[in-house]
Amino acid sequence: MSSLCRTLGRTLGRPTLADIALVCAADAVVGATFGAVAVAGGLPAWLPIAMSVLVFAGGAQIAAVGVLVAGGGVVAAVATGLALNTRLLPYSLAVSDVLDTGRWWTRLLGAHLVVDESVAFALRQDDARRRRAAYWLTGVSLFVCWNAAVVLGALVAGTLGNPDTFGLDAVFPAVMVALILPGLSGDRRLRTAAVLGALLAVAATPVLPAGLPLLLAPVALVVVLRKGSGDSAVLSDPFVPSDSVVLSDAVAPSDAAPIHPAPGSADPDPDPEPADR
Amino acid sequence: MNSATVLALLAAGTYALRLAGPIFHRRLQLSERTTRLLGALATVLLAALAATAALTQGHHLADWERPAGVLVGVTLAARRMPLPVVVIGTAATTALLRLLFVP
Repeated sequence: MSSLCRTLGRTLGRPTLADIALVCAADAVVGATFGAVAVAGGLPAWLPIAMSVLVFAGGAQIAAVGVLVAGGGVVAAVATGLALNTRLLPYSLAVSDVLDTGRWWTRLLGAHLVVDESVAFALRQDDARRRRAAYWLTGVSLFVCWNAAVVLGALVAGTLGNPDTFGLDAVFPAVMVALILPGLSGDRRLRTAAVLGALLAVAATPVLPAGLPLLLAPVALVVVLRKGSGDSAVLSDPFVPSDSVVLSDAVAPSDAAPIHPAPGSADPDPDPEPADR
Repeated sequence: MNSATVLALLAAGTYALRLAGPIFHRRLQLSERTTRLLGALATVLLAALAATAALTQGHHLADWERPAGVLVGVTLAARRMPLPVVVIGTAATTALLRLLFVP
């Protein structure tokens, strides 16, 4: 075990290992809160725990449980979670060289570890061996920390009494805003769409069945995109003209690496308080 | 029942998205525009979810202590505080306000 640590330390360097540990610790706080809030919201403890193992995507878990706790339906919960997770597809493509080695079962296992943090750490490395090491180390450590923390949170929540006393009901919305804030800065039309969608959903809450108001938000996006410009450009930034999925053999892997701010959990690009060592 | 269905569908769908890399390897590349649209869709859904979760309870408005805590959390996030700080600041604010103002 210690020799494994030495090998990883030599491959990745101590600063990277420290960053990975820091990200794991931050995610553990969020994971424990996730478990606690889900149970406090009236869901059975097995649900957040099983979800963390099987879905293993913080943002989507938080969103889906948020919909369920609010009494929303299956469609709204799954749609919201999957919409968040669509980013995993380009991530997975971006690390396909890492996932393309080893036996078939390591590939299947490795695919499950595609999250913001593992991809971000992998893409920061410059050669294939380091990319693989960073990807697997981050993925496995996060999987362990995240799930252990969720179990702990779910179990502790049952003993807390009324969870509203601890303000846990305010945590999810704040975390969700924290996740989207970086993506909103610098994109006026996306901001407009987000605010409009939020207003629509809140306004519709008294009159529509739970879960449905949420699905009005994409309508706001369509409206803003339609209204914003006659041409087909989307959002403020200039786009590659083609909007179809391009099938080609000649793809530079780095092209497929749109690591945008993480609706996953903790910031994958930590500024670990330079702490003047 | 609902919970189990959500879990099964979300887990299956998420894993399918993750398999894209190993399956397509380098033959598939999403255009920047598609990627951005997917990101924008997730963003507006999250914004709507955050707003309804912060402001409403069932079909009614929530008590004011919750949005007050959320506001503090959002302010911390806007100042680029790490996520655990946002979590703790939010919960502590709402908890404190309830302690002070709820009989």
